Amino acid sequence: MTSYGDRRRERIDDLAAAASVDETPGVSLIASAWRRLRRDPIFLVGLAITVAFIILAVISPWIAPHDPASAPLLDKVRPQTNPVPGPEPGFPLGGDDRGRDLLSRLLVGSRQTLVVGVFATIFGLLGGMALGILAGSFGGAVDSIVMRIVDVMLSVPSLLLAFTIAALAARPGQTTLIIAIAIIQVPIFARLLRGSMLGQRASDHVLAARALGVKRRAIVFRHMLPNSMGPVIVQATLVLAIAIIDAAALSFLGLGSPDDRQPEWGQMLGRSQEFIYDHPHLAVYPALCIIVVALGFTLMGESMREALDPKTRR
Amino acid sequence: MSATMSLKDDATPSTGPLLSVEDLRVTFQRHGEKPFTAVDGVSFDVHPGQTVGLVGESGCGKSVTSLALMGLLPKRGNRVEGRATYEGTDLLSLSDKEMRDRRGRDIAMIFQDPLSSLNPVVSIGIQVTEVMERHQGMSRKDAMPRARDLLERVGIPDPNARLKNYPHQLSGGMRQRALIAMALACEPRLLIADEPTTALDVTIQAQILALLKELVQDTGTALIMITHDLGVVAGLCDEVNVLYAGRIVERGDRHRLFARPRHPYTHGLLSSIPRLDSPRGEKLTPITGSVSDNLPWTSACAFAPRCSHALDVCRQESPPWEWESDGRGLRCFNPVDPEEVRRG
Repeated sequence: MTSYGDRRRERIDDLAAAASVDETPGVSLIASAWRRLRRDPIFLVGLAITVAFIILAVISPWIAPHDPASAPLLDKVRPQTNPVPGPEPGFPLGGDDRGRDLLSRLLVGSRQTLVVGVFATIFGLLGGMALGILAGSFGGAVDSIVMRIVDVMLSVPSLLLAFTIAALAARPGQTTLIIAIAIIQVPIFARLLRGSMLGQRASDHVLAARALGVKRRAIVFRHMLPNSMGPVIVQATLVLAIAIIDAAALSFLGLGSPDDRQPEWGQMLGRSQEFIYDHPHLAVYPALCIIVVALGFTLMGESMREALDPKTRR
Repeated sequence: MSATMSLKDDATPSTGPLLSVEDLRVTFQRHGEKPFTAVDGVSFDVHPGQTVGLVGESGCGKSVTSLALMGLLPKRGNRVEGRATYEGTDLLSLSDKEMRDRRGRDIAMIFQDPLSSLNPVVSIGIQVTEVMERHQGMSRKDAMPRARDLLERVGIPDPNARLKNYPHQLSGGMRQRALIAMALACEPRLLIADEPTTALDVTIQAQILALLKELVQDTGTALIMITHDLGVVAGLCDEVNVLYAGRIVERGDRHRLFARPRHPYTHGLLSSIPRLDSPRGEKLTPITGSVSDNLPWTSACAFAPRCSHALDVCRQESPPWEWESDGRGLRCFNPVDPEEVRRG
């Protein structure tokens, strides 16, 4: 358990350290990272997947051939002989066990994934930033207390923690899912931000600002925070991928929204288990969607992290 | 040259010192380690409009002195003793908050590395106006034209465009000028410049020094110039204090000090500078050893192990501070004979 927590801590600290090494020209660092990213095929693939996914998620209700909640194929469902209707004209992927169009459900399901992923990341980011700013700007006892709490959270495997939170929640649903996944991201962001803020606190330009009598709040929010955000933003991209996978996992286990009129990939995957031998495509399509989207965010995030890491720069 | 002299003569007599540092002592105490005294009883006065140099090699305590005066040393692990009276108030006894109100308004500081001393993600205009917003309660809109004038004043061409620029878009000299503009924004009466030209190349160094000299003359701001570069001191300072291992070893008017250095350390510093009129093949005369070879000041002269003039007494007793007849101060048992100084 400790070694697990230690490993996670080390990884986060490495990220923070990598970002604060020689941060001299902050803006030109981002500019040079961007120059390298533009020519990085891995980044471009990740970016293409991500952009395609976001566009699909936004326009899906209009391009979906059928209403994902209606059951146009219901009369084709034969519970004994043929529980899952196959493809036919107008229904390229066929239907599910309740006669709903599979393609439409996959398309509209991307919205849920995007909403959960984005909001869980945003809330996790905000919570983590609040703790990180608290620890990184005050230092001393405040820092110790906040970071011990964060360490305790990090020492529990994150998915287990999310299960526990989601299972303890009074009402399962999308909001619960978002909160559960946001909470497990908080310690990662907190530790990351605190690390890079501590680096900023010792920097020359913060000393110069103090020498001009600039107030503490302005030093933290104008001078330390904006210069510490690089690694946090990169981490946010990676966390989006993790949040999407975690959300699918929780829904798969039935900890997501109980309302199955709103399609969700993890939930679709969970329901497909009954038919996995005869109709594996019911599981394959949503799983493929989850994998491709998570891969897109991961490729993008990892190549951004590498581009911003001075150790891997050439 | 004559201009600085006359400025000093106008300003010095009636008013008394602007800042009077008495017996400043800074001790670093890291947990479980022996305390280390970085600044060991430094005293000097700065009069309005005067430029005072603090000179010494790395580790002699000159930067620590300036940080202590500004109240910028971390509270933990450092002990600052002594008095620094600025217009009747002891800066060292002020609370954090009171000191923060004075920094930038009464005393400002210019740092060594202009690139790392500017916030990379905030535009120059906002960094300059920030000081005025803070101390003079100006709105950013009102402060912007002032910031523009300040940039122009410190010799930045096309100040309107520069206000919107970020530090990495400026050259090294421009950045240092911008930092000087920030330091001067609230018209402080005392400016501390900590090696302001070290990170710049030689031609820019000369420009920045000329600018500082001009600003000091025009505004009547007093300047504490901290440097290891005797060339900087020679061009700028009215009075020079030579530091060694945390104590002032020699003080004097710049002309007398340069013409006839009495302390062997000052003498060594001056003779280790290459001269244009010396023959090409001639070797430089270094001061042997390094600052780490010090003896403790309490029971000896710290410089004795490196000193060509050292006597037995130098290793057994601490040399007292003595004033010479020409207004020069000296901490040495066996100073260099003025006649010997005829170099060459």
